[in-house]
Amino acid sequence: MSSSALPSRVLYIDLTKKRFWIEDRKELFEEYIGGSGVAIQLLKEECSKGTDPLGPDNPIIFTVGPLTCLFPMASKTVAMFKSPLTGELGESHAGGRSAVAIRSAGYGAIVIKGASDMPLYIAVHGNRVYFKDAAAYWGMESTLTVGRVIRENEPGSGVRSIMRIGGAGERLVRYAMVTTETFRHFGRLGLGAVFGSKKLKALVVSGKNTIEVPNKKLYRDVYEELFKLMVESDLLKKYHEIGTPINVLTLNALKGLPTRNLKSGEFEGAEAISGERLAKNFLGRRAACSHCPVACIHLAALREPYEDEPYFYKTTWISYDYELTYALGSMLGISDTVGFLKLVDSIEKYGLDAMSAGVCLAWATEAYEKGLVSKEELAGVEPKWGDYEAYIKMARMIVAQPNEFYKHLAMGVEAAATKYGGLEFALAFGGNEMPGYHTGPAAYVGYLTGARHSHLDSAGYSLDEKTIGATPSPEKIAEELFKEEVWRQVLSSLVVCFFARRVYSPEKTAKALSAVGVERSEKELASLGEKILAEKYDFKLREGFNPENLRVPRRITETPTPHGKISEETIKRAVSFYVEKVKSAKKQPLNL
Amino acid sequence: MKRISVVDPERCVGCQMCMFACTRRFSLGGFGRSTIHVKSVGGIERGFVVVVCRACDKPAPCARVCPTGALASRDGKGVKLIRDKCIGCGKCVEACPIGAVFWDEEAGKPAICVYCGYCADYCEYGVIKLEEV
Ligand code: SF4
Ligand code: SF4
Repeated sequence: MSSSALPSRVLYIDLTKKRFWIEDRKELFEEYIGGSGVAIQLLKEECSKGTDPLGPDNPIIFTVGPLTCLFPMASKTVAMFKSPLTGELGESHAGGRSAVAIRSAGYGAIVIKGASDMPLYIAVHGNRVYFKDAAAYWGMESTLTVGRVIRENEPGSGVRSIMRIGGAGERLVRYAMVTTETFRHFGRLGLGAVFGSKKLKALVVSGKNTIEVPNKKLYRDVYEELFKLMVESDLLKKYHEIGTPINVLTLNALKGLPTRNLKSGEFEGAEAISGERLAKNFLGRRAACSHCPVACIHLAALREPYEDEPYFYKTTWISYDYELTYALGSMLGISDTVGFLKLVDSIEKYGLDAMSAGVCLAWATEAYEKGLVSKEELAGVEPKWGDYEAYIKMARMIVAQPNEFYKHLAMGVEAAATKYGGLEFALAFGGNEMPGYHTGPAAYVGYLTGARHSHLDSAGYSLDEKTIGATPSPEKIAEELFKEEVWRQVLSSLVVCFFARRVYSPEKTAKALSAVGVERSEKELASLGEKILAEKYDFKLREGFNPENLRVPRRITETPTPHGKISEETIKRAVSFYVEKVKSAKKQPLNL
Repeated sequence: MKRISVVDPERCVGCQMCMFACTRRFSLGGFGRSTIHVKSVGGIERGFVVVVCRACDKPAPCARVCPTGALASRDGKGVKLIRDKCIGCGKCVEACPIGAVFWDEEAGKPAICVYCGYCADYCEYGVIKLEEV
């Protein structure tokens, strides 16, 4: 079957009734394009106020956009749900083959509702949807194993996506992730726990639909233009070569690399976990999301001997990037490269979000140091900075939750510190554990205001890095972050990878959309971005996001940033400016 | 006489740019008409397999089983699909020893490589190239 250039079909799956149906929602895609824009509308339709994030009424929405399958680096799927970690908007993006598979199966969106009474996985092969008994899969702790077994039992090799959870999702760890194509993740905000709460172990999607465009010549011309920019300019090289871990040494030099639960912004062991070191000694393979020439996925090859037999080795492939290196490296004081990789591997297998897990482990270490939690509560582990073996054991216990303490740690650092103390060094913002940039005020304002609570929301770190020595006023910070986040709403509605943001400039985006029959001026796109952001804020505010009440952990004001010490007041002022901007955008969305 | 050769599959990153290029020959998105296929060797960590027509010597295995003679030899190496003769029985798909005859579901006919080399123009990693046989 061939589909038209603007996606419109929405596949609804009801897990309670084991039913599915397809609706044509052309009007939604016409107005909101796709991705985040469409997802927030579907979320509002499906998720009423006060819905329990781990109850059957929390929907899971996956969306792609009109550029998916047509243009390079339009490689991402947007997932939206109510977050079990923060209790408000949950948005997470992943690539792999997920986006291409959803669109090739003939859909613009998949909405999963209800909850199953038995473990299931769902296989969507084009128009056919199968509810499959996952009894044999339930209890598989490793996301790698789940993938390996499903791979052998489902068709569509090469044109399918296998989105699955590990032990963390099954056990409802609030920051469990959904893994796709082994090394790509819907990482943040606990989509894995939402899968687990529905007894949904995996979602397999495959298809081979082609997509027609209204203007063939324009399509191929714009494709060429974008492709050339991607491969011939320097815009994307850094993501391919050393990859995002190139930031480890850069941030360390700026003293903006969160170290030992942010007691410091500088890590003396940074070189050992730097992108350069990993590339030189461990990089064994690169991989790419479908339709992306950049190939930013870096896999380390770790060769280890088996202890029970001489000259018998196994090679483990471990994907790494900057965020992991911060959260499971410097944040925990780990400078043993092999130990770091082993910890990354366990977190990957269990299906825990690396950033949240790292921040939780860092808080627990400091809480233990300060005597807030006992060895007994830690189930016998005595965490020490750099002791990766202790952290591997603790990760296992976050999943298994043998006692009250680990039950709380599995709910996030905010919940754990509320119970055990140490909120001043519990590094969560709006309930979500921080990303790895202690770069200055803008980064933190971004964590607090970002609609999906990620460093990629409004790129505060980038504003910080550009303004060292000339810290902008709170008002200016709010303005810049708002502008960036507005535009990113458009990019995440197409849906393109944010690494391609310099390629998909407003001008090129309008052109690419025009080639698929969507005529929007740059200005109209920007105002659509404002509108989408305002819609997300509606949902956030409705579910209890309260800008007046946001907690700023004292630790971030104690450890100097590249902008010196930052004050809570600056941050709070910038946050209220920001929220005001969103609110006025809501009233007057065309006011640019 | 040219064909696509897989020079070094170890360099493949699985981006599937080649697959998209092949269907884009028809100004279409997706890979429903692609005659080159890239999949992992049982998990991305193990690397990738690139499957594409090797332009076999006459009589090519696919041509030998075609009941209507729709797969004509291309001057002794490789085949050409004569679309009007093809009844869409799918025997050629089964006959290809390396799985390089694909199926165009929308047309109900096989998708056969035309050895144009367009795919190789989009491989950034030197995995495939158009070569003389
Ligand atoms: S040579 Fe041409 S027809 Fe053959 S696989 Fe490549 S793009 Fe497709
Ligand atoms: S374009 Fe090259 S690297 Fe990408 S999948 Fe095809 S053969 Fe592999």
